[in-house]
Amino acid sequence: MSAETTPAAAGTVDAPYGVDNPAPVIEAPRKRTKKTPKSTRTNFELYGWLFMRLSGIVLVVLVLGHLLIQLVLDGGVSKVGFAFVAGRWASPFWQAWDLIMLWLAMLHGANGLRTVINDYAERDTTRFWLKMLLYTATVFTVLLGSLVIFTFDPNIR
Amino acid sequence: MSTATLDKVEAESKASPYIKVTFRIRRFNPEVSAEATWQDFEVDIDPKERVLDGLHKIKWDMDGTLTFRRSCAHGICGSDAMRINGRNRLACKTLIKDINPAKPITIEPIKGLTVLKDLVVDMEPFFQAYRDVMPFLITKGNEPTRERLQSAEDRERFDDTTKCILCAACTSSCPVFWNDGQYFGPAAIVNAHRFIFDSRDEAGEQRLEILNDKDGVWRCRTTFNCTDACPRGIEVTKAIQEVKRALITRRF
Ligand code: SF4
Ligand code: FES
Repeated sequence: MSAETTPAAAGTVDAPYGVDNPAPVIEAPRKRTKKTPKSTRTNFELYGWLFMRLSGIVLVVLVLGHLLIQLVLDGGVSKVGFAFVAGRWASPFWQAWDLIMLWLAMLHGANGLRTVINDYAERDTTRFWLKMLLYTATVFTVLLGSLVIFTFDPNIR
Repeated sequence: MSTATLDKVEAESKASPYIKVTFRIRRFNPEVSAEATWQDFEVDIDPKERVLDGLHKIKWDMDGTLTFRRSCAHGICGSDAMRINGRNRLACKTLIKDINPAKPITIEPIKGLTVLKDLVVDMEPFFQAYRDVMPFLITKGNEPTRERLQSAEDRERFDDTTKCILCAACTSSCPVFWNDGQYFGPAAIVNAHRFIFDSRDEAGEQRLEILNDKDGVWRCRTTFNCTDACPRGIEVTKAIQEVKRALITRRF
């Protein structure tokens, strides 16, 4: 039996660590402690989870339909112009389609990003500000989009 | 005479079941250095032996400072979960021949828990999560004068999750847990499942309420890492999904 050992890291030389002065142990991020289950007593996460599944199903239909109409049928993407959009939004059906798609896609995406931030942002302040940025962008896009759909004027010059 | 002995020695060494295996172990000793480093050990070992036997050979014959946990050595106490070739397994249930001994076998501590020394991690946060789901029978009313009887079907309902040995292989294979230790983790949910679906227990509602929280079951991303990691073959992800379903069907 033979042992081939790589010499311990160079850190040993300059490190002052010893039995009485151990190095800091390698901590795990955001450890659980005795105080951890901060009970919120709400069903927010439950509804968020359900919303992701349901909106996902609806979005598959809405988005694929949208892509088909915009990019494939009837001459493809070259037909899309002001007149095309104006013609479509003359009908309440397409207005409703686009409005629902806007809201669902934005909320679905925002909630997805929220979970990504919750998972990966390590420091509390980073997490907070990333989420604030996300919420602002979401609210802005949703409001602006709804405003355009409702107040669209085909005679604008 | 001498040739005869040599021949005999040669024949014996040809028949020897031992092969040379390199164990590449993640070493960390806070009393020496703040850095964790890889160290290679070459061990003569029978490929039908287990990784734990290799670790024993190293600890007993080569380097007594190698630190790891083990107790039963037969896959029942759950103390020697470690990351072997990048996957969480029990060292005492992993045969050398099953993990390609031609290449170095890498051995690391399980991830997401504080490393104290070599392969030993601080399991306290893991057991804290376990305690937080109240893993004990809770009932109301007077104690019956005999056993609490249960039908075979009722027992079958949670049979899978009774097999847990609390080795933390699942929890420390979960990417959500790696990044945020506040998540309860698969093992705690498995052990909550064991009581939630027990017909004799009466605190299922309370446990569901605990797991309904921000860091409860809804953080699960259905990665299936936990099911792959479990040395007991528990369908961990399925158990988590069943808790989710119970939460949804109870609310609506
Ligand atoms: S569910 Fe499986 S992997 Fe997780 S702690 Fe229990 S035995 Fe270990
Ligand atoms: S030593 Fe007990 S499970 Fe491996």
